[in-house]
Amino acid sequence: MPSLGADMEAGTLVEWQIQPGQEVKRGHVVAVVETQKGAVDVEIWDDGTVEQLIVQPGQKVPVGAVLALLRAPGEAPGAAAPGVTAPATPVPAPAPAPIPAAVAVPPTAAPRVKISPSARRLAAELGVDLATVQPAAADGIITREDIERAAQARKPAAPQPADWHARMRTAIAAAMSKSKREIPHYYLATEIDVTPVMTWLAQENLKRGVSERLLAVVPMMKAVALALHAVPGFNGFWVDGGFKPGAAVHLGMAIAMRGGGLVAPAIHDADSKNLDQLMADLRDLINRVRGGRLKSSEMSDPTVTLTSLGEQGVETVYGVIYPPQVAIIGLGKITERPQAEQGQIVARKMLTATLAADHRASDGHSGALFLAALGRLLQQPEQLSKTTDQKLSQ
Amino acid sequence: MNAAPAATRTTYREALRMALREALARDPRVFLMGEDVGRYGGTYAVSKDLLEEFGEERIRDTPLSESAFVGAGIGAALAGMRPIVEIMTVNFSLLALDQIMNNAATLRHMSGGQFSIPLVIRMATGGGRQLAAQHSHSLEGWYAHIPGLRIVTPATLEDARGMLRTALEDPDPVLMFENALLYNLEGELAADAGAVDIDRAAVRRGGSDVTLITYGGSLGKTLQAAETLAQEGIQAEVIDLRTLRPLDDATIVASVAKTHRAVIVDEGWKSGSLAAEIMARLMEQAFYELDAPVARVCSAEVPVPYAKHLEDAALPQVPAIVEAAKKVVGRRV
Repeated sequence: MPSLGADMEAGTLVEWQIQPGQEVKRGHVVAVVETQKGAVDVEIWDDGTVEQLIVQPGQKVPVGAVLALLRAPGEAPGAAAPGVTAPATPVPAPAPAPIPAAVAVPPTAAPRVKISPSARRLAAELGVDLATVQPAAADGIITREDIERAAQARKPAAPQPADWHARMRTAIAAAMSKSKREIPHYYLATEIDVTPVMTWLAQENLKRGVSERLLAVVPMMKAVALALHAVPGFNGFWVDGGFKPGAAVHLGMAIAMRGGGLVAPAIHDADSKNLDQLMADLRDLINRVRGGRLKSSEMSDPTVTLTSLGEQGVETVYGVIYPPQVAIIGLGKITERPQAEQGQIVARKMLTATLAADHRASDGHSGALFLAALGRLLQQPEQLSKTTDQKLSQ
Repeated sequence: MNAAPAATRTTYREALRMALREALARDPRVFLMGEDVGRYGGTYAVSKDLLEEFGEERIRDTPLSESAFVGAGIGAALAGMRPIVEIMTVNFSLLALDQIMNNAATLRHMSGGQFSIPLVIRMATGGGRQLAAQHSHSLEGWYAHIPGLRIVTPATLEDARGMLRTALEDPDPVLMFENALLYNLEGELAADAGAVDIDRAAVRRGGSDVTLITYGGSLGKTLQAAETLAQEGIQAEVIDLRTLRPLDDATIVASVAKTHRAVIVDEGWKSGSLAAEIMARLMEQAFYELDAPVARVCSAEVPVPYAKHLEDAALPQVPAIVEAAKKVVGRRV
C-alpha cells in the first residue's frame, strides 16, 4: 500500500485493474485505492508480470503492506514465493535477467473497445474506466446508457458526501497540526511589479482562441519553478533529520474542492514544461480534482506547494507547509497600486508574493534570495514563454 | 381581445395558387411562364384561372423548350423583372441545367457582383404516381450541390403559401421543389398566413431518442413513422430541412446533440447525395454527440419503376423509416 500523502496511515483497496499473469509497465494504473482524500489511481513503479494479488477489494491495509507480488522481467514463475512477508516493493531479481534465447511471441494488443463517440466522451467526463464497463447489447458496443449505468454502479462504493467531507477535514487537520507542531516556520513577503508579465499575457491571449488562453497563474508557476532552481533549499523534503532536495520541481497546486476542503496534487516537472503544457496540465488537474480522480504519483510527489488566493480577493497569503515539504509559496491579488518611479508616482500592477519556509532546511537569507529571483523572473515574461530550460534563471 | 384569424380548409395546390396570385397582384414586375401554365391551368393545376385574371402578358405559355424559356427568364431577371418560371418536372429541368448552372448560378460571380438574377424556378419532383423513370425522380439534392442557388422545398401548407414571396425578395436565383404528391395535401391554413423565412429548418415534432431528418414529400411519411415509434416508446424528433441549400446545420446538430442518434429520410438516391452530405456534416460537427452510426432511408438505386408494387418498394416508406429508427435506437427497445 503506497503512501498517498504524508498523513496517510492506511488505505482501502477499491478495485484491481490487473490480473495475475498480466504484464505491467512502470506507470500503469494497477489499482484504485480509497483514501481520506478520495479514490486514487495507483501506478506501478516497476516493469514485470503480476504473480499474485494478495489484498482483496474492500480490504483496508496499512501503508507498506504488500498488495500484490510482481515477477521481474525474465524471472521464472513462482520465484517470488507467495506468502513471504515481502517488503512494500517487489523483490527485485537477484541478477540481471538473461535475454531469452527464443523470441517470445509479442503480446497481442488488447482488442480495441467498441464504443460510440458520445459514450467515450461521457466516460471521460464521468471518470468511468472503459475496462470496467459491460455493454448491455449483444453486439458488444458500449453506449451512453452503459456508461451511465457503470457510473451509477460505482457510486455506492464511494463514501457518502457528508462522511467524505468529514474525513477530508480530519486529514487536513492531521497534516496541518503536524506541520505547526514540528515545522519551525518563518515567513517573508515582497511586492513584485507584475505589469510586464500582465501586459505580455494580455497581448499573448489576444492571439489565442478562448480555449488556448493562459491564466495569469501559469507564468507565475513557471517563474516559481525556475526560481526554485536558482535558489536551492526550498524544493524537496525534510526527512530523517535532514533536507533531501527534489530532483525536479513537482509543483503542488493548492486546489479548493467543491463543497469544501482542498488538495495540492503535483504538476510534474513544472521547471521543464512550457506555458502551454503547464496550462494544459493545470486544467486537467483541476478537472480531475473536481471529478475525484487523482493519480497516486500526483498525490505523493509534490516537492513544494504553490497557493494562489488572489482570485478570492486576498492580498497576502501566508501558507502552512505540507509536511514533509519545506516551503509553500503564496500569491495574492494583483492590484494597481501607486509606485514611485524616477521621481514620479505611477500606477503599476503589483502582487504580494510570500514564502513560508522550514527554518530547519533554510534561513531567511536564502528565502529573501528566492523571492528576489522570483521577482526578477517576472520582469522578463518573454523569457518565461520561450524557455523550457531550467538554466535561464541566472 | 381580437379573435384569432379564422383558419380555412384548403390544399397545398390552392396555397401555392394564393401565393402566385398575391405575388402577381402586388408587384407588376412578377410574371409566370412555363409549359401549359396558361390555357391548361398548369400541369398540376396550380395556375388554374390565373390567365383569365392576369392576362397573357403575365401568364405566358411557352414552347416545349426548357433551355429556351429558362434562359428567357434569366434574361428578364437581368433586365429588372421578377420572373417565376415553372418547369413541369425535375427530370425535364435537366434540359435547362446549362442555363440554371452556367448562367443563373454564376452571373453574379462572373460579373463581379454587377448583375444579379432575381429568378424563381418552380418545379415538381418525386415519385409515387406511376409516371415511371422519366417523371419520378428527386434531383433536388443535385441542385443543392451548386453554389449560387438557394433550394427550398415546401412540405406544409404554410410553406407552400409563404415561401414564394420570400424567394421573390431574394436577389439571387431560388429553386422551389414541390413534391407532386403534396398537391392534394389538405389541411387548415390561417387566414393571415403569409411570408415565411427560407433560412431555417423546422422541428416538426419534438423527441428525445432519435432525430429523423427529412424534407418535402417525405415529411408526412416521417411524421407517421414518428407516431408509430411513439406507440412503441421511442420519442422521435422530426426535422423538416425546408431549405436544402444553404443547409441549416445548427438546427440539425442541436437536435442530434440532444438525441445522439439520427436517421435521414430522402427520396433521392444514396450515392453522392444530400443524405450523404448531411451525414458528412454530422461527422464533422457532431461526431462526439453520436451514440450510434447515422442511418439513411433513401430510394433504391434504380430508375424509379412504373409498376405500382415495384415503385412502392423503391421509394422510402413508413415501415422502412420505423425499422431504421428502431435499429439506430436499437437494443434498448
